[in-house]
Amino acid sequence: MSLTSIFDIAASGMSAQSVRLNTTASNIANAESVSSSEDETYRARHPVFAVRSNSFNEMFQQQRALSFNQPLRGVEVRGIIESDETLPKRYEPGHPLADQEGYVTYPNVNVVEEMANMISASRAFQTNVDIMESAKKMMEKLLNIGK
Amino acid sequence: MKRYFNWGNKMAIRIDFGIHEVAVKVRSERAKHIANNIANADTPGFKARDIDLASVMNKDSATNMRVSHPEHISSMNFGSIYGELKYRNPHQPSVDDNTVDTMIEKSLYAENMQRFNASVNFLNGRISNMIKAFRGD
Repeated sequence: MSLTSIFDIAASGMSAQSVRLNTTASNIANAESVSSSEDETYRARHPVFAVRSNSFNEMFQQQRALSFNQPLRGVEVRGIIESDETLPKRYEPGHPLADQEGYVTYPNVNVVEEMANMISASRAFQTNVDIMESAKKMMEKLLNIGK
Repeated sequence: MKRYFNWGNKMAIRIDFGIHEVAVKVRSERAKHIANNIANADTPGFKARDIDLASVMNKDSATNMRVSHPEHISSMNFGSIYGELKYRNPHQPSVDDNTVDTMIEKSLYAENMQRFNASVNFLNGRISNMIKAFRGD
């Protein structure tokens, strides 16, 4: 039944958005984690979303239903990438982690961008919760049919 | 969809739920598609899709081929009863080529759910009428 797979789809959306919230929290928490070299410095992390790919068996079934040739399995996180943007350096000779020339390396986290990401992720999470809630109501209605 | 219950050719009760039986199936299938669009609201390159309800209606009546021989193949066997899937036309372009507009999807989901509820209510009415007839009181 298709109503049960709505739970699956909405859950995939919720878990993907919570991974996004998680990376945002990590980025904001580490926004000021300085270090003395570029290799050790924290880099902003971002999840990569993709349409969830399905198993061979499901693909075979989808092939049989001609007009539904594309899978409907929600969303998945393909991986988490670290940002390649240049790490800003600041001249702080008094800092205990300053290198020999007196520079400390800051993470390339853009806090404004992360805040926007956070709001977008939590809104999308809520929408998926609403979808699940109303799918539940629809199922309850169907279960009580004829009573 | 019609179903016949035959008891030794003496009595036949025809149970006909009309369009609402199909409507409930199509509505729940459509809810799945809209939920998938919303789950992929932040997926780069994802194209929102939806069921074309007009094609469902066509499939159900007018364009259906008649089957007058057991060896004939019904046109209903091709594709699915849920009609055709079509891509949504985006109102605004987006940087990542995603065509999901969460607001539109949410409103369509709500509308779809109300129509689902309406069909379920009609089915319920039909069933309670039948129960009344069975009881005979």
